[in-house]
Amino acid sequence: MNITSNIKREKIVQELSPKTFSKIGVYWVIALSIVCLIGLFAYIRQLNKGLVVTNMGDYVSWGIYISNFVFFVAISLVGSLITAIFRLANIEWSKPLTRIAEIIAVSAIFLASLIIIVDMGRPERLLNLALHPRLQSPIMWDVVVIGTYLIISVLLLYFPMIPDLKLLSKANTAVRRTWPQGIYKFLSSFWTGSSEQRKNNGHSITILSILIIPVAFCIHTVTSWLFATTYRPGWDSTNFGAYFVSGAFLVGAGGVVIAMYVIRRAYQLEHYITEAHFDRMGKAVVLLCFLYLYFNINEYLVPAFKMKKPEEAHLTQLFAGSFAPMFWFAVIVGMLVPILILINKWGRSPGWAFAASIMVVIGAWFKRYLIVTPTLLHPLLPMRDVPERFKHYFPSWEEWAIAMGSLAGAMLIITLFVRFFPIIPIQETITGHDEEEEKLI
Amino acid sequence: MKNKSENTRRSFLAKGLAAAFLASACNTKSNPFQPEDSVEPSGEKVRLLSVDGEIIEVDKAFLKPVPELPKISNESERIGIPDKKLVMVIDLSRCKNLKKCQEACNHMHHVHPGQSWIKVYGMKDADHTAPYWQPTTCMHCDEPPCVKVCPVDATFKRQDGAVLIDSDRCIGCRFCMAACPYSTRVFNWEEPLIPLEIAKQEYHCETSVPQKKGTVGKCDFCPDMVRQGELPHCVSACPNGVFFFGDMYEDSVTNGAETFRFTELIRDKAGYRLMEDLGTKPSVYYLPPVNRNFPYETGLKNEPDPTEASNHH
Ligand code: SF4
Repeated sequence: MNITSNIKREKIVQELSPKTFSKIGVYWVIALSIVCLIGLFAYIRQLNKGLVVTNMGDYVSWGIYISNFVFFVAISLVGSLITAIFRLANIEWSKPLTRIAEIIAVSAIFLASLIIIVDMGRPERLLNLALHPRLQSPIMWDVVVIGTYLIISVLLLYFPMIPDLKLLSKANTAVRRTWPQGIYKFLSSFWTGSSEQRKNNGHSITILSILIIPVAFCIHTVTSWLFATTYRPGWDSTNFGAYFVSGAFLVGAGGVVIAMYVIRRAYQLEHYITEAHFDRMGKAVVLLCFLYLYFNINEYLVPAFKMKKPEEAHLTQLFAGSFAPMFWFAVIVGMLVPILILINKWGRSPGWAFAASIMVVIGAWFKRYLIVTPTLLHPLLPMRDVPERFKHYFPSWEEWAIAMGSLAGAMLIITLFVRFFPIIPIQETITGHDEEEEKLI
Repeated sequence: MKNKSENTRRSFLAKGLAAAFLASACNTKSNPFQPEDSVEPSGEKVRLLSVDGEIIEVDKAFLKPVPELPKISNESERIGIPDKKLVMVIDLSRCKNLKKCQEACNHMHHVHPGQSWIKVYGMKDADHTAPYWQPTTCMHCDEPPCVKVCPVDATFKRQDGAVLIDSDRCIGCRFCMAACPYSTRVFNWEEPLIPLEIAKQEYHCETSVPQKKGTVGKCDFCPDMVRQGELPHCVSACPNGVFFFGDMYEDSVTNGAETFRFTELIRDKAGYRLMEDLGTKPSVYYLPPVNRNFPYETGLKNEPDPTEASNHH
């Protein structure tokens, strides 16, 4: 290795090492922590009083917790898209994005597991799932695949990061000595960087990348089956698995663009996350928008053509009734406008792509709400002999606080990760540069 | 409102502790905490272990016999009553929305106020068809969607056909509520309002008492009554004999006053089940609302909001 490349190397390490936050970063962390704490407070209230603090009832027995859960599971799918699918397809340009995608996946699936416990009437009986499991229940399938996905995702985050951790732990002049160094050391203590280790690590990553794809499809397909295995209008659909998976890829890709934009700005990573990345991710988002739109048309237009009696009330309420504003918001702001923006070259510039992706993600959150709640308001037998408040649903402040707290929690995990770990793979970038140089020579 | 109920619960607790030695789990309707002044102390003392673990002395005359408690183990409750296949027939031509069934059921199972296991629907199938009253219990399906989805076997199907809930095991995921097409399940969103002495009892799947916070509840076909050779509470409470209950293997159903051969009754009166097309195979059959004993309108008296009743399909 010659001197110039050594200098370059130093520069890369320095630029990509985790940095302390600016003032905004600190405020951001404080704000997120406060939202989390409010959520925690609301949850303690719920633990004391029971689920009565929510506005759920015997008809709307699943509310914002479950739609939030679906949202988290959906967004976590992106880890497999970018890390695994792109990696296996040998797509080079996505390399700097893999870790962003993976940490989104890990934090989202972790929060999904938490939020599902929040929804339980008897969280202290969680172990019953292990003590008296019944394998024919889709919930059991969900527990199994989400657990598996969480583990694989953590490994897929960790394995490619080991060389980087080693790099950082070696009190490099470029890196200021901070407490995380102990963690870097611990996590990479066994890493010598021998060619055999590198080979093994590469193998493991490939195997995990292959494994995670079916598991990723499973987590969201099974989550869709929590609904599709029932008889209710709006859920009783064979389209649900594909509909959920496509929507999940969309919101996940949108999430990655948002994270890319923020991290790039905060850490001045313009050299590493380039305009070309936004251009390509923008194309991916637009493609996924079309795909999701296609499944939406299938999901709503076919039953609307027939207007079967049980579906009728449900669909009319979505298209023209009390849920219509939210429904059309999710369609227009969540899909159509992002398509119109991102389909243009100018629309895939960082700023526009960022804006479009925010629309995608917000639209997607409301979309999950629309999938869960309206259906429950249209049972097969009319609503009857229940307290009046059970006949409609709007989340209580505790529900909002917990849902927002969980969203803040996911963002907090991502933020802290970015603070203490290299968000762009350092070693891979260096190797990439070296290879490029070799090619030039 | 909430505060008030908490207060009453607290004072309940205080009273309950004071009278703990008397509070043998009993089912009498009178207030068990009221010392019966008709009882003369006999002077003969008995030593008892209080619920708090203290040894206390009580006059023998104050002791009441503990009413019969189901002594069936959870395992046999999960298996069911041998050689029976429970069945119910609801005769829609006799119903006038009196809701006595509902009252009795809620009372005997200590269902939380506002919720009901039996619902009486004012039904109207199409624009020009006649409205009628339709009570629904749990359908105790032979292919129960709720049992299929329960992750912990807290809802289960027994040999005698009953679908029961083990509230000591339910994790409160509410998947069964989403799965049930008949919307028969209710959830204990808060600590159910139950007299302390009942709440202290051990839960039994066959009595479904006491209901517990964070778990589901629903009609259980009253297998505890069946074991005692009696009819479910709704059946005996209905003055119009709407509900018939019986055993398919014996091929007979009765409402207490009249007894029919189940197969003949269903054949002659063209009995049917709700949502047959879903393949859930309910154990509850309906006789169509023809030649009705009461005009639909008589039932409107019992409606909180009479306009609402005929509004839906
Ligand atoms: S709420 Fe209880 S009974 Fe119903 S599916 Fe969940 S664990 Fe089973």
